[in-house]
Amino acid sequence: MTLNSKIPSGSLESKWKTYKSTCKLVNPANKRQLEVIVIGTGLAGASAAASLGELGYKVKTFCFQDSPRRAHSIAAQGGINAAKNYQNDGDSTYRLFYDTVKGGDYRAREGNVYRLAEVSANIIDQCVAQGVPFAREYGGLLSNRSFGGTQVQRTFYAAGQTGQQLLIGAYQALERQVALGNVTQYSRHEMLEVVMVDGKARGIIARNLVTGELERHFGHAVLLCSGGYGNVFYLSTNAMGSNVTAAWKAHKKGAFFGNPCFTQIHPTCIPVSGDHQSKLTLMSESLRNDGRIWVPKKQGDNRKPNDIPEEERDYYLERRYPAFGNLVPRDVASRAAKERCDAGYGVGASKQAVYLDYASAIERYGKVEANKLGLENPSKEKITELGKGVVEAKYGNLFEMYEKITGENPYEVPMRIYPAVHYTMGGLWVDYELQTTVPGLYALGEANFSDHGANRLGASALMQGLADGYFVIPYTLGNNLADDIRTKAIPTDHPAFVAAEKEVSDRINKLMSIKGTESVESFHKRLGKIMWDKCGMARNEKGLKEAIEEIKALRKEFWSNVRIPGEINEFNPELDKANRVADFIELGELMCMDALNRNESCGGHFREEYQTEDGEAMRQDDKYMYVAAWEYKGESQFELHKEDLVYDVVHPTQRSYK
Amino acid sequence: MEHYNMNLTLKVWKQKNKNQQGHFETFQVKNISSEMSFLEMFDVLNEQLIAEGKEPIAFDHDCREGICGACSMHINGRAHGPWHHTTTCQLHMREYKDGDTIVVEPFRANAFPVIKDLVVDRSGFDRIIQAGGYISVNTGNAVDANALPIEKHDADEAFAAAACIGCGACVAACPNASAMLFTSAKVSHLALLPQGDPERSIRVENMIRQHDKEGFGGCTNIGACEAECPKGISLENIARLNREYIAATFRGGSKNSV
Repeated sequence: MTLNSKIPSGSLESKWKTYKSTCKLVNPANKRQLEVIVIGTGLAGASAAASLGELGYKVKTFCFQDSPRRAHSIAAQGGINAAKNYQNDGDSTYRLFYDTVKGGDYRAREGNVYRLAEVSANIIDQCVAQGVPFAREYGGLLSNRSFGGTQVQRTFYAAGQTGQQLLIGAYQALERQVALGNVTQYSRHEMLEVVMVDGKARGIIARNLVTGELERHFGHAVLLCSGGYGNVFYLSTNAMGSNVTAAWKAHKKGAFFGNPCFTQIHPTCIPVSGDHQSKLTLMSESLRNDGRIWVPKKQGDNRKPNDIPEEERDYYLERRYPAFGNLVPRDVASRAAKERCDAGYGVGASKQAVYLDYASAIERYGKVEANKLGLENPSKEKITELGKGVVEAKYGNLFEMYEKITGENPYEVPMRIYPAVHYTMGGLWVDYELQTTVPGLYALGEANFSDHGANRLGASALMQGLADGYFVIPYTLGNNLADDIRTKAIPTDHPAFVAAEKEVSDRINKLMSIKGTESVESFHKRLGKIMWDKCGMARNEKGLKEAIEEIKALRKEFWSNVRIPGEINEFNPELDKANRVADFIELGELMCMDALNRNESCGGHFREEYQTEDGEAMRQDDKYMYVAAWEYKGESQFELHKEDLVYDVVHPTQRSYK
Repeated sequence: MEHYNMNLTLKVWKQKNKNQQGHFETFQVKNISSEMSFLEMFDVLNEQLIAEGKEPIAFDHDCREGICGACSMHINGRAHGPWHHTTTCQLHMREYKDGDTIVVEPFRANAFPVIKDLVVDRSGFDRIIQAGGYISVNTGNAVDANALPIEKHDADEAFAAAACIGCGACVAACPNASAMLFTSAKVSHLALLPQGDPERSIRVENMIRQHDKEGFGGCTNIGACEAECPKGISLENIARLNREYIAATFRGGSKNSV
C-alpha cells in the first residue's frame, strides 16, 4: 500500500484555501441523517463535536472521565500560539509555520503545518467570542508572552491555566449542542473496539465503566481524539487515565501508526521522590525565562544549595549554549540535564535533579523595583523583598504548587527539577484530511502524528488540538461524508457489531480469568522502567534490542500472571487499567522497533550512536527524511511504510543553539 | 525538609453501589512516606488490598495536579482535607504524623449519588451548564479577538470566576448541599464579559431552574463553600448571581426562559 498524504497541489499559501473552496459539501437535510462518533473530549474532541453538532450532524461523544470537562487538555499551563502579530514584532503565518517546522527538526509535513499556522488566528477569535478569559493589558487588549524556540511574542495565555480555560470554552460549546439535542454525550465510557463494515469504520464497541456493560454504537465516521500515549512510560505528566487504547485498537484494525518513537521529554518537572511516585508534575516552560539552571562543579557535592558559593556552581546551559542559554528548546535542555546527572553532578537525595534558581532574578527585579520607588542605597533585605514580590506576581501559582508537592519554599531554596515524559509527537498516521489509513476513521489532536515532527514547540499542542477540531475536520469530514449520504444507519445487530463485541468480551473474560499474583500497577511500573531506561531520553541499538525482548517477556508474564480483583459487570477501575496496560505493552514494543529503525538523532529522538563530537543530535536527512508509518501484521509483527517528506519551501539545516 | 515514615489507621467509606447501604471499614497502612501525596497513600493501600486478595477502594482521580476536578474525598470532615486552596490530590502526607487516624468519606449530597465507595455521580453539574452556561456562538462567526477591548479588571474578575474546576467541594461543604457557588461562578464568568451580555437574563434563570431541579439545596449565605473551594472561588459570585437574577426578573427575561 502506498501512502497518499493528499496534500493539495499549488503553492503553500493556496493549498488550504483551494481545498476549502473545492471540497464536497453535504446539505443540511442530509447532515441530519449522518452520524459521527467522537472518542475523547479534550480540546480536539470537544471542539470537533461542538462544531459538527452546530453543522447539524448527529454526534455522539465518549470519554472515560466523569465529565467531558476533565479531559487532560485541562492541565496545559503556558499558552497557545497564534500568528496574530498583535505585538507588531514581525510575526506572520509564514514565521509560525517556519518556527514549527524547524522546531520539529524537519520531520513534519509542510502542507499540514502551514494550514495549522493559517488557522491559528481564527482560534483566538473563536475562543474570545466564547468567553475565554485570556490575559489582557490595561488598555483592554490581549496580552502575549514569549515561549521557547521563537523570537516573537505570539503566545496567548490565561495565567498558568490556559488549557483549562480553552477546554472549558470548548466544553461549554459542546454542552450547548447537548442541550440542543445535536450531541449525545457518554461519560465514564471507554472505547474498546472499532467496528468495520465493508472495509470502513462504522462504529465502536464501548464499555460503560459504571456497569461494565458493553455497548454497540453506529457511526458513519469515527473520530479518535483520544490524546497521546506518554503513560507508556508509567511516570509522565499525563493524567492517570490517559491511555493509548482507542488509538491502538484502531491500529490493530488497519490504521498505521506514525513515528511512534517521537516522544517529548520536558526539561522542567518536579523530580521523582520515591518508589511511591504515581505521576510527575510539570513546572511551566515560562520559568526558564527568569530562572537559571545549575549543578555543583564538584561531583557528589552534598552541601545545601545556598551553601555552595557562586564560583563552585556550573551553569551548564549558559556554558554550553551561550547564544540561547537557559532558553534552548526542550529536547536540548532535557538531554543536558541528563548528561550532568549521569556524570555524577546531580543534586537532591536521588541525585537525579538539577537546580532551577531564582535568586539572581529576585535580586535583579528587586533592584529595578527599588529604582522605580526611588529608594537610595536599599538594603539587601529590601531588594530581596521587592524582588520576591515581582516573581510572585509572575509565577506565584507555580511556586505555590512546587511548595505543596515538595514542602520546600522556592523563594528561599532553588527548585529541584528533572526532565519528564510530557507529550507524544507520534500517533496515528493521517492524511491532509486527518483520515487514517482506515476509511471513515479519523485522528485529531495529539492522537495523530502530523504537525510537530520530531519535537513540539511550547504552546503548540493547544493550537493543534483546536485547529483540527474547530477548523479542519468540519471541512474534511464533509468532503468524505458527501459520498455516504445514501448509506443508511447500520443496525447494531449487524454481524460485524456482534463479532466486534464478542472480541472485546472474550478479551475481558480472558483477563479476568488469569487470576495471577501480580497487580496491574506493578506490570505498568515494570514496563515504564524498561521504556525510560532504554527508549527514553537517550537510546542505543543494544538497549533497544534488549528492551524489545524484555517487553515480549513482560507481555507473556502479564497474560499469565496479572491479578484483577472484582467483577466484570461493575465499576472496576483495576479492570479498566488492565485493558489499557495490555495495550501499552504492545505499543512499547513498536516504539522500540521504530527507535531502532531510525538510525539518526532528531528532535526528541536521540540515538547515542548519532551525535556530534560535542554531544549534539545528528540527523541523517539522506536516509531518514520520512515518516515511519507502521502497519500491524499480527503479534509482534509490524511492517514499515515510508512517506517521504518533501521540503519545497523550507531548507533543512542542522539546528544550532550555540 | 526532613522526611519521615508513618503508620496510619484509615476509616474509609465502602459502598458497593448506589442501591446498597454503605459502611465504614478500618484499614492499617504502614511505612507511609511524608513525601507521598494523599492519593499515593491510597495507591499503597489498594496495592496492599489487591495482594491480600481483597477489593481495592474505588476513588475518582485523574490529573493529580489539582486542575481536572476529578478527585473528591471528604477527609476528616472536610472536602479535600485540611489544606487551604488544595485539592485532595495535592494534599501531601507531611500533614500527618505517625499513629494518626484518618476518616475518609465520599462527597455527600442527594444530588451526588454514590457510584461506589468514594466515587459519586456529579453529572448534575454538566446539566446545569447545558441549561445555559455558554455563549451561543457557532464556530466561524467570530470577529477579530481585539475588536472589542475588555477592561482588565473585568477580564481578571471573569478569569477568577472561570477558575472553578467543577469538583463539587462547595456542595459537599454546604449544610444545604447547595451548588450555588458552582452555578454563580459560571453566571459571573459570562456576565462579566460583553460577549456574554445578550443571554444574561435567560442564562441565569435557566441555570438556577436546573440547579433546583437537580436537587441541590438553596443558599443561606453560610460561606462554607468559599472556605473549602480549592480554587478560591469567591462568595461575591453568589451576590452577583443574585443581582443577575433580580435584574433578569425586572427585564422580563423569564418569558424567554424554558
